[in-house]
Amino acid sequence: MPLVNHARRTRRRGPRRFTARDLAVIGVLLGFAILLDLFIIWGPTVASITLSFSSWDGLSDLSWVGGDNYDTLAGGDYPPFWPAVRNNLLWIAFLGLVATPFGLLLAVVIDRGVRFSRFYQSTIYLPVVLSLAVVGFIAQLIFSRDQGALNAILGNENNPTDWLGDRDLNIWMVLLAAGWRHTGYVMILYLAGLKAVAPELKEAAAIDGANERQTFLRVVFPTMRPVNVVVLVITVIEALRAFDIVYAINKGRNGLELLSVLVTDNIIGEASRIGFGSAIAVVLLTVSLGFIVTYLVQEMRGEEHR
Amino acid sequence: MTRRSLLRGAALGAGAVTLPTLLAACGSGPGGDGKTVTLGSNASDEVPRKAFQDAFDLFEKNSKKKVEVNTVDHNTFQENINRYLQGRPDDVFMWFAGYRMQFFAERGLLSEISDLWKGFDGFSGALKDQSTGADGKQYFVPFYYYPWAVFYRKSVFEQGGYEIPTTFDQYTALAKQMQKDGLVPFAFGDKDGWPAMGTFDYLDMRANGYEFHKSLMAGEESWTDPRVREVFDLWRGLMPYHDKGANGRTWQEAAQTLAQKKTGMAVFGLPQPGQQFSEADREDLDFFPFPEISPEHGQDAVEAPIDGFLMSSKVKNEEGAEELLKFLATPAAEDAYLKSDPNNIAVHSGADTSAYSTLQKKAAELVSNAKHISQFLDRDTRPDFASTVMIKAFQDFIDDPDDIDGLLKGIESQKKTIFAEGQE
Repeated sequence: MPLVNHARRTRRRGPRRFTARDLAVIGVLLGFAILLDLFIIWGPTVASITLSFSSWDGLSDLSWVGGDNYDTLAGGDYPPFWPAVRNNLLWIAFLGLVATPFGLLLAVVIDRGVRFSRFYQSTIYLPVVLSLAVVGFIAQLIFSRDQGALNAILGNENNPTDWLGDRDLNIWMVLLAAGWRHTGYVMILYLAGLKAVAPELKEAAAIDGANERQTFLRVVFPTMRPVNVVVLVITVIEALRAFDIVYAINKGRNGLELLSVLVTDNIIGEASRIGFGSAIAVVLLTVSLGFIVTYLVQEMRGEEHR
Repeated sequence: MTRRSLLRGAALGAGAVTLPTLLAACGSGPGGDGKTVTLGSNASDEVPRKAFQDAFDLFEKNSKKKVEVNTVDHNTFQENINRYLQGRPDDVFMWFAGYRMQFFAERGLLSEISDLWKGFDGFSGALKDQSTGADGKQYFVPFYYYPWAVFYRKSVFEQGGYEIPTTFDQYTALAKQMQKDGLVPFAFGDKDGWPAMGTFDYLDMRANGYEFHKSLMAGEESWTDPRVREVFDLWRGLMPYHDKGANGRTWQEAAQTLAQKKTGMAVFGLPQPGQQFSEADREDLDFFPFPEISPEHGQDAVEAPIDGFLMSSKVKNEEGAEELLKFLATPAAEDAYLKSDPNNIAVHSGADTSAYSTLQKKAAELVSNAKHISQFLDRDTRPDFASTVMIKAFQDFIDDPDDIDGLLKGIESQKKTIFAEGQE
């Protein structure tokens, strides 16, 4: 009894911070967000991890196989796995080291106001409105061995190059096509970033005797840090979620393997290997987490320093 | 935006997510009145869709029952068949014969129709085999099929003075001659992953016989068996005569080179090459059965995928569904279908063949004389094995035909894992 009395007294004495209504509103708004987060993000993630230790096919009862699925992957008993990992890393490397810097270069050139810069800007940006699947179809029109435009232009009719069928070549053709779209994306982001750099900074650098390259590398580029971060994140995400273009070209087989394709191949279909596919999904998740954690750690450190 | 409207929006949003599932869970849908039979269709293309509708219309007219057709895109239907059968499947649905049907029968997802089969006539023993599950009971009503063979242009053969080969030696010799004459002997495209399966199936059935092929497909034989090795050896011997770059070419593109007289022959299913021929050239298209390799087996097996109908185990209007299946097993139903889709062959021996094209007649004869009918690699074996292992294996082989032992070892070890999963 004293406890209750005490509680009543304290409540009466102190100012009430939340009305019941406020609490309801907070509860509902936060509750929904948390529920959605749990159900559509964390639920499937945990389910994937759990299922990856089973050999479930979607029909029979669950049976646990321990780490067998991972053994199969690592041991090379599933031939497309390591090529897929390699290709995923190649995507990150190519987009990060070639396409992104190229987009930056174009942005800088256009920002300096070359002639017809508006024209270039829209031309380079144009592919960004296309879905990567559409880019894949366009790539086929160009690179197809028998009927493609490229072989016709090169005129090597008697011994045509098999741009998309040759597994040593096709990944580069696809990266080229994907890079074509990615460059425009990066360019437009950097153009916005460059416009936001205060001209006084450049003037001050010029007065201090910096040449153009020094001005860019030491003054302009670092001040674009927020844009750099966004571009970096976009590049990694684009590379890891790559799927549609290779699926449109040859269902991600024969040299174009990607982890996302292998997950789909195993999980979708008549006799699904859901357990095995989940194991591949977990590998993809681990790779992604590596990048996400690095990024978050960087960001949080940055905030502390600020 | 006020707080109230935001709340309302959130509630609506959540409702939109959960409501449909709830509704789906409690709705009973049509079919409960005994008059309506629901039918799941994968005939999403214009021509077969209309042709099937013609057959169903005829049923509705005769039986005073209604067929409610739910058409789903062909590939989507195939990919979702698992979830479809476990969810709320239609009473009757379209599917394929052979192992691919048995797989679902074994898991109790199909209704047995052995009693109906006792009343059927006009279906050959080979057809009955393909409609029978591993437990010896019937589950499937066959409707039409399309044989695989070696296609060519009559005019090309006339011009070159080529003879139809009946043995493998003649086949190879003909290919050599064509190459000398500046033709690419075999049109070949395996970008989609499955066209090469036809060649493999025939090589295996001719060299090792139907029974071996069947047990190999069922996972009972080892892929490292010397007999399988021989098949790949034979195939490797033919590779120099195949059009290069097959992994980058679709079967449509391959069929076009046949139409353009750049290539001499191609292993295809009946409906395929014709589609790439112009109307005027179609009369020029012909085929011959895949040549004999071992005299013991001759040309006794024909690869002829059969499409037909199954009744799900969750059938709601069983009486109506059985009546529909009975009707679909009659020549009248097949005739109504083939009138609008002349690319296939009726399975019923009583079907009207008078309207058949020359090619159809020849195809019907080919199949009716066959001692064994195989389905196709991806229908004769577990679909997950066919799609995740064999497609890649054949593309690897096309890319590098020399490392057969490594290839077969890889197939065998993957086969063991996958077939073991199915046993649990």
